[in-house]
Amino acid sequence: MTATARETVLRRVRDALALSDGPEVTVPRGYRTGRSLPDEERLALFVDRLVDYRAQVRTCTAATTAAVLAEVLHTHGARKIGVPPGLDPAWLAGFDGETVTDSAEVPAPSLDALDGVVTGSAVSCAETGTIFLDGAAADQGRRALTLVPDLHVCVVELSSVRTGVPEAVAQLTPEHPITLISGPSATSDIELERVEGVHGPRTLAVVIRTDR
Amino acid sequence: MSSPTGPATQGTFLGMPAVPPRSPYGTGHLRGERSFPRAAHDELGNEQLRRNLGKATHSIRAKRLAVTGELPDWEQLRDTGSAIKTDTMNRLPELLEQLERKVTERGGTVHWARDGVEANEIVTRLVRETGSDEILKVKSMATQEIGLNEHLASQGIAALETDLAELIVQLADDRPSHILVPAIHRNREEIREIFLRHIPGVDPALDADPARLAAAARAFLREKFMTTKVAVSGANFGIAETGTLAVVESEGNGRMCLTLPEMLITVMGIEKVLPRFQDLEVFLQLLPRSSTGERMNPYTSLWTGVTPGDGPQEFHLVLLDNGRTAALADRIGRAALNCIRCSACLNVCPVYERTGGHAYGSTYPGPIGAVLTPQLAGMHGAKNDPNSSLPYASSLCGACFDACPVKIDIPSLLVELRHQHTEQSGTTAEKLAMKAAAAVMKRPGLFTAAQKAAGLGRVPAGRDGTLSRLPPPLNGWSDSRDTPAPPKQTFRSWFASAEGAAAMRAAAEEGARHTDDAPHTDDAPQEES
Repeated sequence: MTATARETVLRRVRDALALSDGPEVTVPRGYRTGRSLPDEERLALFVDRLVDYRAQVRTCTAATTAAVLAEVLHTHGARKIGVPPGLDPAWLAGFDGETVTDSAEVPAPSLDALDGVVTGSAVSCAETGTIFLDGAAADQGRRALTLVPDLHVCVVELSSVRTGVPEAVAQLTPEHPITLISGPSATSDIELERVEGVHGPRTLAVVIRTDR
Repeated sequence: MSSPTGPATQGTFLGMPAVPPRSPYGTGHLRGERSFPRAAHDELGNEQLRRNLGKATHSIRAKRLAVTGELPDWEQLRDTGSAIKTDTMNRLPELLEQLERKVTERGGTVHWARDGVEANEIVTRLVRETGSDEILKVKSMATQEIGLNEHLASQGIAALETDLAELIVQLADDRPSHILVPAIHRNREEIREIFLRHIPGVDPALDADPARLAAAARAFLREKFMTTKVAVSGANFGIAETGTLAVVESEGNGRMCLTLPEMLITVMGIEKVLPRFQDLEVFLQLLPRSSTGERMNPYTSLWTGVTPGDGPQEFHLVLLDNGRTAALADRIGRAALNCIRCSACLNVCPVYERTGGHAYGSTYPGPIGAVLTPQLAGMHGAKNDPNSSLPYASSLCGACFDACPVKIDIPSLLVELRHQHTEQSGTTAEKLAMKAAAAVMKRPGLFTAAQKAAGLGRVPAGRDGTLSRLPPPLNGWSDSRDTPAPPKQTFRSWFASAEGAAAMRAAAEEGARHTDDAPHTDDAPQEES
């Protein structure tokens, strides 16, 4: 009987290790972890990095969320928007266009007909300007929703913004589908000249809620 | 009996480890058709290539330095990254089995491929079973390495690259020349021509503005994303602890392919596994900063098996060996497997900057390619194997070592490969010459005679005193270098001559005068008494 590919590859790996032991290592963790910054500094850093990535940034309070979101959608001429099933309806109280609630039954190609999408977010990293979307969270929805429409308006709670990458990664649930976004889609493939928006949303608007 | 260590397994004795095989000769893209010096000779004549490359590498270098300089713990991150990879290689069997178990638990299917041929067959079979004859591709080094697109084409399945640069390269029937920006050897006018000729229904008035070229690609690919049922990707990382796979990208084509089709097939080299989910906190800092000089790449997708109602409902992971275990078995060369494909070493390499990626002949160009390619595919698959020229495609300046985010000592690996090459390459002219030199140097009379004979070498030298071409078997040296002509006179014969004797006497007198004068000269230190 011949060995399966699995048996053969694993045997080769074991043979290789028997033939050449690598140096025993203990992984050092000397890099920065567990950092925190006061709200104001974290906000300033996060906004600086988002703007550097050419995301559009607005801040609001719990009380002004609906007004700011309506204004952002209006600015971009969005009349028909998609939302994940768990998005707080109060956030869109000021929006006078059409709102479509997404579900797994909606065919992904039909999302192309939306002018934009409004979602929440799981956690963010200030130092890199990165927003983490958790596909299993009711206010963030399935991955196609934040990908197919051309405008993504993402609401971020300042309390969910962490200072660095280790602090943000520690907040994730690994088994959920997770998408990290840092600014809108971009390419530098033609003569290294940066162009925004090849396939994902060409516009990313971030609305940061600074209190609850 | 199918015990893996039993006597039935390919002639090995019980418990005796066998050296794992390299990637099979003549398959995939781990070997060019010409040696590096010959290919480089032609590429050096391409001014467009050098201009584009010069601009790109310098600009990415500056960005990279700026963003790595921002992190006070950059060196600690490099140390950790290096240690995690070394630890991973030491524990590869258990980590691969853990990854397989976790992916399977989450509804995925894991396949193992001994080499590229087998991986290509697995992917072809999976695509066939869906009834589709076209698939989408996410830019992936592993599938390029095994020549997946070409194999699928031979089986009547069209594979469409969706990364903008890969699309440009594919439409032009060209080859990638850089790990990160594969179409960097093309300028915007050429890209416009390629799009006009090959994208169906493209606006004939399309101009060469990069934004409009990107928009043309967006329009062309959008319909494909919405309708194609199967996608094939690579993976930047596969987490053993959770079964999570990661793809790091910028354009969103990756997200499209990883999310919209019904079936996703991911081909991953077995060295890409990481032990823990937490390890992402290290590599998500190291990779984008080293690669594009950004604090973070625009998009990263993480997925674990299948998620009902979100993304492909069928997921296959193909774990690829294709010479990786051969590299692992090499005490020194195994460090090359730590590579995370960031391309920082390409951008700092003076040799790559001038020759570009095509000269290396392999999917993996630049300094890391010069090390990794011979490790995966060997240097002696056939006579005049182009791979055997790769360890010499370097000035050993060490810039690649400084740039590598996981601290791979590429110059030392290149030297080791050169050693292996000369050891293994049997009786070569170079080896014979060294042997002859050693014999002669041991005997003073012969050495003097040989040095006198070498003076005759001046005869064919040009007016500048250099020999541009040596006769065989020494032309291997002179093909890529000018050789200085031997001096008119040997040191020994000069020393024995009247002229030499006079010069030595003068030097002795000079030395004696300096010793006498020393305490009184202005620039000599005065002794305190």
